[in-house]
Amino acid sequence: MEQIRNEKELQARFEKCGACLQKKFHCEPGHKAIVVCGGTGCLSADSQVIIDKFQELIKANGLEDKVTANIVGCFGFCSQGPFVKVFPEETLYVKVKVGDVEELFEKDIKNNEVVERLLFVDPQTKQHVQKQHDINFYKLQRRDIALHGNGEINPEDIDEAIGNGAFQGLNRALHMTREEVIDEVLKSGLRGRGGAGFPTGRKWSFVPKTDEPKYMICNGDEGDPGAFMDRSIIEGNPCAVIEGMMIAGYAIGAQNGYFYVRAEYPIAVKRLAKAIKELEEVGILGDHVLGTDFSFRCHIRLGAGAFVCGEETALINSIEGKRGMPRPRPPFPAVKGLWGHPSVVNNVETLACVPFILREGWEKFAAIGTADTKGTKVFALGGKVNNVGLVEVPMGTTLRQLIYDIGGGIPGGKKFKAIQTGGPSGGCLTEKDLDTPIDFGSLVAAGSMMGSGGAIVMDEDNCMVDVAKFYMTFICDESCGKCSPCRIGTKRCLDILTKICDGKGEPKDLDDLKELSNVIRNNSLCALGQTATNPILSTMKAFPEEYQAHVVDHKCPAHVCKNMMEYYIQPNKCIGCGLCMRNCPVGAISPSTEPAHLPNGNVNPGKFAHVIDPKKCVKCGSCLSGCRIGAIIKK
Amino acid sequence: MALVNIKINGQPYQVESGLTVLEAARKCGYVIPSLCAFNHGKCSLASCRVCLVEVVGARGLVASCVYPVNEGMEIITNSQKAVEARRASVELILSNHQKNCLQCPKQGKCELLEVANIVGARDQKYMGQQSPATIDELAPGLVRNTAKCILCGRCIERCKEAHGISILGFENRGFKAIVGPAQNRSFAESPCLQCGQCVNVCPTGALYENEEIAKVDEAFRQGKKVIVQTAPAVRAAIAEEFGEPIGTPGTGKMVAALHRLGFYRVFDTNFGADLTIMEEAHELLERITKKTAPLPQITSCSPGWINYLEYFYPEVIPNVSTCKSPHMMVGAIIKSYFAKQHELDPKDIFVVSVMPCTAKKYERSRKEMPNDVDAVITTRELAKMIKRAGIVWKNLPDEEFDNDLLGEYSGAGVIFGVTGGVMEAALRTAYFWLTGKEYGPINFHEVRGLEAVKEAALNINGTEVKVAVTSGMANAKKLLDQIKDGTSPYAFIEIMCCPGGCINGGGQPFVKPLFLPNEGDDILETYRAKRASVLYSEDERLVIRQSHNNKDIQKLYKDYLGQPGSELAEELLHTSYDAKRVKFPENK
Repeated sequence: MEQIRNEKELQARFEKCGACLQKKFHCEPGHKAIVVCGGTGCLSADSQVIIDKFQELIKANGLEDKVTANIVGCFGFCSQGPFVKVFPEETLYVKVKVGDVEELFEKDIKNNEVVERLLFVDPQTKQHVQKQHDINFYKLQRRDIALHGNGEINPEDIDEAIGNGAFQGLNRALHMTREEVIDEVLKSGLRGRGGAGFPTGRKWSFVPKTDEPKYMICNGDEGDPGAFMDRSIIEGNPCAVIEGMMIAGYAIGAQNGYFYVRAEYPIAVKRLAKAIKELEEVGILGDHVLGTDFSFRCHIRLGAGAFVCGEETALINSIEGKRGMPRPRPPFPAVKGLWGHPSVVNNVETLACVPFILREGWEKFAAIGTADTKGTKVFALGGKVNNVGLVEVPMGTTLRQLIYDIGGGIPGGKKFKAIQTGGPSGGCLTEKDLDTPIDFGSLVAAGSMMGSGGAIVMDEDNCMVDVAKFYMTFICDESCGKCSPCRIGTKRCLDILTKICDGKGEPKDLDDLKELSNVIRNNSLCALGQTATNPILSTMKAFPEEYQAHVVDHKCPAHVCKNMMEYYIQPNKCIGCGLCMRNCPVGAISPSTEPAHLPNGNVNPGKFAHVIDPKKCVKCGSCLSGCRIGAIIKK
Repeated sequence: MALVNIKINGQPYQVESGLTVLEAARKCGYVIPSLCAFNHGKCSLASCRVCLVEVVGARGLVASCVYPVNEGMEIITNSQKAVEARRASVELILSNHQKNCLQCPKQGKCELLEVANIVGARDQKYMGQQSPATIDELAPGLVRNTAKCILCGRCIERCKEAHGISILGFENRGFKAIVGPAQNRSFAESPCLQCGQCVNVCPTGALYENEEIAKVDEAFRQGKKVIVQTAPAVRAAIAEEFGEPIGTPGTGKMVAALHRLGFYRVFDTNFGADLTIMEEAHELLERITKKTAPLPQITSCSPGWINYLEYFYPEVIPNVSTCKSPHMMVGAIIKSYFAKQHELDPKDIFVVSVMPCTAKKYERSRKEMPNDVDAVITTRELAKMIKRAGIVWKNLPDEEFDNDLLGEYSGAGVIFGVTGGVMEAALRTAYFWLTGKEYGPINFHEVRGLEAVKEAALNINGTEVKVAVTSGMANAKKLLDQIKDGTSPYAFIEIMCCPGGCINGGGQPFVKPLFLPNEGDDILETYRAKRASVLYSEDERLVIRQSHNNKDIQKLYKDYLGQPGSELAEELLHTSYDAKRVKFPENK
């Protein structure tokens, strides 16, 4: 492979590869470039088979000179995948199946004919939308900082990354002093995207200027349920994260960087390893980076999937081969971290933002966002929302915009109830908080936190006590077990929540729960324990009446807690078809002596309304989901 | 060391910089309850969250056991917030602790109970489901009961620090987390040394010795001639069990108590120590002069060390003396020579060893010497038996060991209980044999003290003999690696398993760090030195201070064994080691 040993060689490669990339996106008539989403979601929906098929067809038709096809990083709109995008028209096809490839090739690639049925249909206007940037989901987004290159470049080809501007930021940094680089990042206002929002430049500045070895660590141990920001960033543009780490390494005086990535992210690990290997081969990683005195090497360590290893001191222990348990602080990692040496741990998304700051200058980054937080934030938007996926929005976007404009609102016309941000350490925000602009300070002020970027939307069918119980179950399993408040306290919280959800709660339980939650928050060793009870405290604060209903009336208003709800067949609606009776796995349903009615209100002759025997019912819900006329309700 | 100015509860103090808040507070006269810190606040875990205090300006409460003091720091130990937080941490621990305190082996010595009292833990607070528990009683030496474990991690730190082998560790996550050997195996199915250092630091009844008092009771019930022997280190510490300060000699009262417990004979394992020296010094001279086996020769009295040898350094086995440990020698002699002289059937004799050691319980069950000793009880178990019999320690007179064939012992035997003691005893005799005269100053100060590795080069009759003494397997590793590499400069090495030697053995009275008055920064060092001084002063007091001058030893050789290293001596007093010992036997 051609070497990139100095600035000149980098610029030559940048120009050459950049031109190639431009040629691909804006190809001349008769030429086409096909890109297919290569994120984990789309890959599991056969996008690799789709791309193979495209390549087969290109070969079979002898179009190798005119048509290219390759994978790219995540498009983000995961509920609509797999995606196929065709340049130069930038036509975006959604939910493409293997069986659609031939038609697409025949019509679009060979005959320039748009395949309408595979275009995105706007749920409101019912119109077909041809181009990505016209889809509402993308309109308010800005996917050029942390998700830079996602959906555009081939993550397995470092030339495409270089052509897209990779290592330009590093090149600029290497012309600056370490202090200047730290200053640049400080002025940009970049705050750690891992959750707590600590200013990144300040974290770097804590590293002492001594001769001892120093380490840069990238935290890719993304563990929040439903979060996949970091995975997508590594999968979509591994070079950006490596460049961010190199810049950080230069700024703190480290010569080695460790990527700590979950082993459950095989594609991310594979692409990262490939990028590191190739960058070593061309000479960008290794001794004398770009002809300077700066030397840097990257290593990958796989995490075994423990949530607590996202805590930086536990992560450091894990890299050292020890059990992932947090260390007491002080000493802080910046002073005594990996193998006892100064270390900086930065989140994947944080490092992915760094190249932009150095490449474009701090002013451009600082121009985005709010007074409190600059730049953008990537969210994994999930739950009860129409457009599930990965979004990058400028700081200051409101939750309402996130849920309704980008997320497309709540499915089935249900009512919005809450949005949980910050994963198991975060909290729930409600209707009244919807106009909160997204930044670190505002979310904390509203009673939640930014967290790493999980955003789970809940509607009226979610029981908030059950939600708190869900997070507590998660924390109970994921506590490392080291300190007693977290290990035992979270279990005691879960004991109480289970009691409440089982319908055995009493008002005193709420006081106990609150007291215990505060004990765990005050007494725990690490951030996992200190924030473990946030879901309880925030749901108790936002939905006190729901907790009261559980412990006083023994009712679950959302009809989720099984011991406090029952399925009921409305006799005036039941047509007596008997489907529910046949579906019931325990034989709890039988016809009554009351006559059944047709939908028009007339008696259905010879048929009887059915009833559920609550003593036999196991509340599986198969009667409700099977009933074709909606005669069955929860109450 | 530089001093810093701090305030505790509004009062100004000056303390050394570098101390933790917990250490500083203790120096200034405040007790902050804590469970996971065990060595005067030197603790890297901060896991129990019992020592929380407020520090002005710090975010939230801080764990005083790890938080360093600095200039101008204001510490508040007794604010409402700190007091309630400490209480809540203890209450949570209690909510997942098996509270059958009345039957607990740690009863009366439980630090958790003591801390619960201090913080004022409330009854039935935070009750709920218990973690799944493991009780491991398979190992002859140790018992582990996770239902009583509070996961403070002291045992983990101790095992790592003393031996560098980390048999114990955390496993499982969250509420299911436990402490144990890897994969929750039994101690018996892991390369555990069974030294009991973990037992010594455990604040609750989660780790304790496999008690054998019932076996002794049964022997009495069967009308056997129950003969007891006590190891040298026992007398250095047993008085602590009866409220005496650390370092109080207890030889005379201990012997009196044993007489009152009805033992047929009360012997001193020191006799065996003298016998060991005769055999071991002989073996050493054979190695030096006749090159019968490789040098350096290493001592073999410590069964924990022998376990480490077999598990981790089987290639060093040829260097280790084949001598049985002293109490096994005494057992063998009682059941042969003593039985013969008194015309007793060895089957009717039941030998009980009182040892400062849990590994001795394992040692007596070794297949190489199954019948020498019938029960091993620890210093703590002996104290239990004395208390159970209603014997009041402070009213006991001082009595002498029974002077019956195995009665006499030398000062050399006494100092076996402390690191360097075996070496010194052996040197006294080897010097005599090589030069034909006694070593003038008697004491070899070069090998005394509590340093990790002590070295000395002794000029005996123009020959320079280099020796080394160490204790704790983490320290021994360096010397053993030298032997493996063929670079060991020594002729003779003494290795004891427990750091500091038997005086700090796993069967010795518990030293509760929390409730001791300030005795210097490192409690372990302080109490070891005090216990050691008991043995050294007993050595000084004795007339006969060399093993070869012990009259009963001389008589034994003359009447029965012949010469050191004779065929009969080999049969009775020597053993062999298992070079193919499986580290991880299959799970039963």
